Amino acid sequence: MSTTVQRDESTGTPPATGSPLVRVTVPKRSLASELRAIKIVWRRELIRFRSDRIRIVTTLVQPLLFLFVLGAGLQSVSRAGTHGVDLKTFIYPGILCIAVMFTAMFSAASIVWDREFGFLREMMVAPIRRSSIVIGKCLGGATVASFQGVIVICLAGLVHVPYDPLMILGIFGLQLLLAFSITAFGVMIAVRIKQMQSFMGVMQMIVMPMFFISGALFPVAGLPVWLTVLNRLDPLTYAVDPMRRLVFSHLTISPAARHALDSGVTWWGWRVPSLLEAGMILVLGLVMLGVAIWEFSVTE
Amino acid sequence: MSTTGANGSIVPAIVVRGLVKSFGEVQAVRGVDFEVATGEVFGFLGPNGAGKTTTINMLCTLAKPSAGSATVAGHDVVRERDDVRRNIGLVFQDPTLDGYLTAAQNLKLHAELYGVQSNLVAQRMRQVMEMVGLWERKDSAVATFSGGMRRRLEIARGLMHSPRVLFLDEPTIGLDPQTRRSIWTYIRELKQREEITIFMTTHYMDEAEWCDRIAIMDHGQIVALDAPETLKAQVGRDRVTIHTDDDSAAIAALAQKFGIEAVIAEGAVTFGVASGEEFVPRLFADLGLPIRAVSVSRPTLDDVFMSYTGSTIRDAEEDQSKHKNRVMMQMMTGGRR
Repeated sequence: MSTTVQRDESTGTPPATGSPLVRVTVPKRSLASELRAIKIVWRRELIRFRSDRIRIVTTLVQPLLFLFVLGAGLQSVSRAGTHGVDLKTFIYPGILCIAVMFTAMFSAASIVWDREFGFLREMMVAPIRRSSIVIGKCLGGATVASFQGVIVICLAGLVHVPYDPLMILGIFGLQLLLAFSITAFGVMIAVRIKQMQSFMGVMQMIVMPMFFISGALFPVAGLPVWLTVLNRLDPLTYAVDPMRRLVFSHLTISPAARHALDSGVTWWGWRVPSLLEAGMILVLGLVMLGVAIWEFSVTE
Repeated sequence: MSTTGANGSIVPAIVVRGLVKSFGEVQAVRGVDFEVATGEVFGFLGPNGAGKTTTINMLCTLAKPSAGSATVAGHDVVRERDDVRRNIGLVFQDPTLDGYLTAAQNLKLHAELYGVQSNLVAQRMRQVMEMVGLWERKDSAVATFSGGMRRRLEIARGLMHSPRVLFLDEPTIGLDPQTRRSIWTYIRELKQREEITIFMTTHYMDEAEWCDRIAIMDHGQIVALDAPETLKAQVGRDRVTIHTDDDSAAIAALAQKFGIEAVIAEGAVTFGVASGEEFVPRLFADLGLPIRAVSVSRPTLDDVFMSYTGSTIRDAEEDQSKHKNRVMMQMMTGGRR
């Protein structure tokens, strides 16, 4: 804090008292001013996240519980089915996805907070497009969520996943995409909701089923028909699957284990390619961003 | 920088013509007309629910008028929304600061949202923060600020982009008298320094005295508009308040014996007379009813409000909130007393 004061003094900002009035002007709206607005909304999300260290920890607790406690605890019963692969290794890609998902949803919730505490109004009356606010929020949420993802990526060694640079880059790209789309999804919902409690309720109702159905914790081949249908409809499935495929392509395991654990998402027997899956996440994210912008623009 | 029109003539800061806002069947603002000159401190006075905030929201482009038109800083509030927004500063009734951020971060964010020239942001920030006496606290999180400090910071933020018109919606609501006074000092100083037009709403009568001109609003309409002194002079009568054991009998006696029309306001019989001090002896001699207490006061804005609306502002507010209860009570008891 003191350093900031000193820096300001040394740059020689003239004292305002008695000095001529500093008059500024607000320029007409332009692409540059919109980009500036997007940037500051994005930065605000980062500043808030950084100042909220408890949140960094709390949003990671649940995924890490799943990874280490559930993974270790169920190891003995799952040993027969995993063909010698550590259960923690198997669920690692899925856990990475939900860590990102929880954080992204939490970031989106900040729109509801902003509304409750009045700050949203400050942004709504500024001479900028509503879309700039939404885009800034989504990028901010995505950045914050990816940061959580990076923490989980760092833990890869603990669950026998090698630190391969290409794989890490791929995982990072995928989780960035997921973080963006989930934030857009969260913002789309948050725009309509006026109270934090309702938002949390809706989140519980949507996020937990999406997480359980996605196959983050189990292989998606050979499921009962009803669950297969639900699984293929769950968008999160298409984030977990390429992530798992990427991780497993860097593991040295038996073909039997590979077949049992990484058989992948199929549509009527056709293995959906990773690129298509990633593309779906991106398109879904952009569509939801569009809906969020539209919703936000029509609210008074 | 005065608001200058295309032909060089001075354009009023705010021009409002036949402004109406309805919410479904309810008309919150029922056709108001007024102009605010550049550099004026203009107050909107009225009880809660009179339509002040709705009017301010329309002028700030936050609500669309149902009918009529308004220009602010020379721009139409519907057709040139962005131009209006670039030229106005807003301080809302409810806080709109980010408590997680520091005071300086809140102002910086505002400057970025409004696209203020980057090289001037630091200087301007210092100027507005010194004006409200918060420069020393610029690096403290807003969450640690008291209510009065937050309101001052909101005023500073509203000024960050050098607006031509500053809108203050109940800037002193919920603050203690001392803080209210200091906020008013800032507002008056501001007018001196910034060549700015200030439009504000309040339901504190005493505060309206600080304004150059005030408009009294009641039930969605402007019932009086002038300088506070002129309005008080128009009333021209002292206000006499008496406490009796039987108020309705007292009102009847006043009408019968003096030809005075009295009303019950804030629980006491109230009426206006040309010279209060001279009237009191006659009152005691001729009323024929025991009087427990009497007070005489010079006309205030309360009296102005009363002479135009028939009730005090506090009663009008109670009336808004307790309207239903009162109707029910009257039905049950057959009127007051």
